Amino acid sequence: MKLDLLTSLYVFMLAAFIGFEVIRRVSPLLHTPLMSLTNALDAIAVVGAIILAGEYHAHGAMLAKVLGTIAIVAATSNIVGGFLITDRMLRMFKASGPKKP
Amino acid sequence: MTNLPGTEQIIEIAYLFATALFILSLKWLSSPTTARRGVFAGELGMLLAIVGTLLHHGIVEYKWILIALVLGTIIGVPLGEVAMTAVPQRTALSHAFGALCVTLVGTAEFYLRTPDVPRFMMGVLSLEVILGSLTFTGSLMAAGKLQEILPQRPITYKGQNIVNLGLLGVAIAVAGMLVAHPEKTQYFPLIVGIPLLFGVMMIIPIGGADMPTVISLLNSYAGLSAAAMGFVLDSKLLIIAGALDGASGLILSVNMSKAMNRSFSNVLFGAFGQEHTAAAGQQEARPVRSATPEEAAAILAAANKVVIVPGYGMAVAQAQHKVRELYDALTKRGVDVKFGIHPVAGRMPGHMNVLLAEADIPYDKLLDMEEINGDFPQTDVALVIGANDVTNPAARTDTASPIYGMPVLDVDKARTVMVIKRSMAAGFAGIDNPLYYLSRTLMLFGDARSFVGSIVRELGGGHE
Repeated sequence: MKLDLLTSLYVFMLAAFIGFEVIRRVSPLLHTPLMSLTNALDAIAVVGAIILAGEYHAHGAMLAKVLGTIAIVAATSNIVGGFLITDRMLRMFKASGPKKP
Repeated sequence: MTNLPGTEQIIEIAYLFATALFILSLKWLSSPTTARRGVFAGELGMLLAIVGTLLHHGIVEYKWILIALVLGTIIGVPLGEVAMTAVPQRTALSHAFGALCVTLVGTAEFYLRTPDVPRFMMGVLSLEVILGSLTFTGSLMAAGKLQEILPQRPITYKGQNIVNLGLLGVAIAVAGMLVAHPEKTQYFPLIVGIPLLFGVMMIIPIGGADMPTVISLLNSYAGLSAAAMGFVLDSKLLIIAGALDGASGLILSVNMSKAMNRSFSNVLFGAFGQEHTAAAGQQEARPVRSATPEEAAAILAAANKVVIVPGYGMAVAQAQHKVRELYDALTKRGVDVKFGIHPVAGRMPGHMNVLLAEADIPYDKLLDMEEINGDFPQTDVALVIGANDVTNPAARTDTASPIYGMPVLDVDKARTVMVIKRSMAAGFAGIDNPLYYLSRTLMLFGDARSFVGSIVRELGGGHE
């Protein structure tokens, strides 16, 4: 248990460093899509909500099911909406090439 | 790992791939040429993770999961199709949804695990729930202000900071007590309820111009609460996704604060508008030079190099498509047209770039403040559309100005400055802009959209 925890802290720390390095390189041009994309990725919390809603619970089954289901709805709407709008925005970014009328 | 049944191993491997895809997704986002591949990588990772989770042997009932996934999709699709001007409030709303998910899962986990919650676990769980709840209501408030359902004006009262900090302090104290005595479940609702209230109180004094910083900060909180949830559920995938989101939000918040020359605490506890409303009133009517669309068109047509500086006012007037026509008309005449974009132009980081990209302006013409500022002395015309404070030269020179020290676009260094503005009323922050009284400045009074439209007609362009 204690070791698991330490491993998790290492994972968090390394991921934070990777995050800083990778995201620092994102051009200010794309900061809005960046925010909508990280928002969609963050909705991976749906994984925890799915397990909460679907697992067998000896007590508190109703609570787990209700809260878990609402949580899945919230996270899924972020996943779907987040990816959709990010892609829509990115499709708009075009380099100046041969000019259309 | 060795004694896991086969399916569980496959799930773990799916999570591993999902993690790698998430990091690649953000890496590819660094440039517009690879960014769409980044979205695809993110989608693939998400699909792998969700399918993997659905295979999890502990799941005994699928009915509600599937209903919820379908319902979430039904809500998500319209949220993915909002207008580009509405993206800031959509983003705030999605922070609220993310935080809601985290808070609900955290709350359920507490009641399922109590009374034997280890100390550290209780600490992380408290962090998850506190950050989640305050982000939930805070983001809803931000979305309400951006959508103009709620008054956009900062609302302040005496002792506001003490009340807010006091609320947060009480929540943290209760959390500390729960870490010491996790069996006292009757106190748990407090670490949900008090932060919910704090989230509302925190956004009440925030005005529209501070939204970019606040949205970024809420983004960071949402990420950190998800990472805390990863600790509680022992999910490395969630810890990593949360850390990436938290880091992203933090970087953006730092960028935004720097661009406004303010600290986080100043944004959260400063309530901008309040300190200097007095300064705006004493301004005498000084003479300005104004020009008609015909005159403006003639000056622009004669220029070699034009820099357009758009602000949120351009988006409010829905002028971006007219601005594109102006860009086309000038480019056709051989004028070099670029756009100078301040980091806090718009209502969220990068908002102005998205609005201009939507209007089909090539992204290589959109330059950020640092890239464009050196160009102004060689610029014939700087055309300011709906921007005010971010062009205020007083920020460089006048130590008494409330925005002194804020990095601004040096439009006053261009040979001619033209400012499209409805009237001489002061900007959002209520600060007078000396730019308007310079001898090289021409004021173009009118609605941004119709004024730009008139210039385009004079230049013989446009499609009407």
